[in-house]
Amino acid sequence: MNVVEVPPSLDYRTLDRLFQLAGTAVEGKTLLDARHLRWVDPVGMIGLLGIGRVIRDRTGEPAILHLPESGDVPGYMARMGFFAQAEGIFASIRGATPRRGARPSDVLLEITPISENRHIHELVERVQGRAGAILSRTLRYPPSAVVHFSVILSEVCGNILEHAEAPGWVAAQTYHWSKRLGRQVLVVAVGDLGRGFRGSLTPEYAGRYGDRWGDATALEAAFIHGLTRFPDQGRGQGIQQMRKQVRRWDGVMAVRSGTARIADVPDWEDLPPLEEGLAPFPGAWITLLLPAAVPEPEGGR
Amino acid sequence: MTGGNGDTPGETPDDAQLDVFRVDAHAVNVRDLMARTVADLYSHLVTRPTGRAVRLAIESQLEEMERPALSLVDFSSVSILDFSCADEVVAKLLLSLRDGGVGGNAWVLFQGIRDFHRDPIEAVLDRHRIQAVLQGSGGGAELLGPVHPMDLELWIRVEEAGRIARTDVTGGLLRSADDEARLGQLLRNRLVFRHPLKGDILALSALSRELAPVSPPAVAPPSDATDSSGEPS
Repeated sequence: MNVVEVPPSLDYRTLDRLFQLAGTAVEGKTLLDARHLRWVDPVGMIGLLGIGRVIRDRTGEPAILHLPESGDVPGYMARMGFFAQAEGIFASIRGATPRRGARPSDVLLEITPISENRHIHELVERVQGRAGAILSRTLRYPPSAVVHFSVILSEVCGNILEHAEAPGWVAAQTYHWSKRLGRQVLVVAVGDLGRGFRGSLTPEYAGRYGDRWGDATALEAAFIHGLTRFPDQGRGQGIQQMRKQVRRWDGVMAVRSGTARIADVPDWEDLPPLEEGLAPFPGAWITLLLPAAVPEPEGGR
Repeated sequence: MTGGNGDTPGETPDDAQLDVFRVDAHAVNVRDLMARTVADLYSHLVTRPTGRAVRLAIESQLEEMERPALSLVDFSSVSILDFSCADEVVAKLLLSLRDGGVGGNAWVLFQGIRDFHRDPIEAVLDRHRIQAVLQGSGGGAELLGPVHPMDLELWIRVEEAGRIARTDVTGGLLRSADDEARLGQLLRNRLVFRHPLKGDILALSALSRELAPVSPPAVAPPSDATDSSGEPS
């Protein structure tokens, strides 16, 4: 049996490691050993779902996921809707697997599948109330931010339908990054198992780039230059507009596809702007980190 | 100014002749249209498929109109507009009209635009290097999108005057040798209207007032079908 050890902390910084380890499970049964998992965010949870799907499709056998027997993590995963989405992806889930509780959820956006136009409409509808409160009270963004946030969600999920041609997921939650930043941060994760940026752009652009063509150049083409596979001039602006809005909020926008990742990174984050040579993984994986606004000093003008 | 569609019994021959030059006001409540063409559960103008469906519905209605039409596209009940939808409902609609689509006989005035609509609309206009005429709640209009300062100045002169009689165009509106070409460009891009019979130049906001003496609805009418028509006198 392939045993893939899930890191104790599974988030946007450690998911690459898990993608790499999961790549070793080529055939036969696989155990995703998450018994030591102590921290997982939306990026990690969606990543786990993606890894489960890839292992199932590659080996023909769904993996077994072993979660901690106790602790906060399984309960939190239940509140994020992980177990509902995991059905059919894993052969079984061992350890504590609480069902979603009856108490009101504190989650901004549970893991939500995106495969049809209506899912995006429902998503935008759903976040209005919760996002409004969190963006204004927790992140201290202006009231108009809820509209901008909804537009970002719509555009990023629209990319799944338009370009990936495969189902994906989205989830979001706020955390207090006391050590790293001393502020609340909204983490938004969007992932799909589609053809990725390189696959989407290759028919139109690979020839123009010649030997330089690869995952990194495909990401640069879309992320920096706004290119898409569609000849229509109106396409490709979604990512550009998302970048613009995320920069206004001093946030991070990172896109991982194939073996590369590209990112807009503010001063407070140390992700490199471009990474190559990562473990290959299908689809596109987008992370947005939106920090709380820094309050202006009292009495200042 | 006439109030009906011109098919009333007892029309005189002169009325029938004038009918050729009547312009219909075509009121489009975007949210109502979305409810009918996409799904009545949706309240936000998001995703490209939704925008495409709304644009095609507007184009289809305009194609069915027998006379030239000023389409009053009302966003006042749209609370979320994303870039993909703005590209379809604003940019592609304008491009279609400019390039002779939908019968080549329609103009568009966007109404009910609020601050949070402006970012996506400006972005798509910039992307396509085109302009749109937006009408505020006070009735005045503005030209949005990348525009040469001299083109903008000429457009503002038309907007401020509302209507400029043909006899005043050459000596009054056009103040330099380049202005004639600039006016031609504004006309081709359907940012101003030339009365086909009299040759008067009308701002789209003035045209909308002549077609619908009651101010454009803050709350759109329940139907997006043609609700008034008339001849700019």
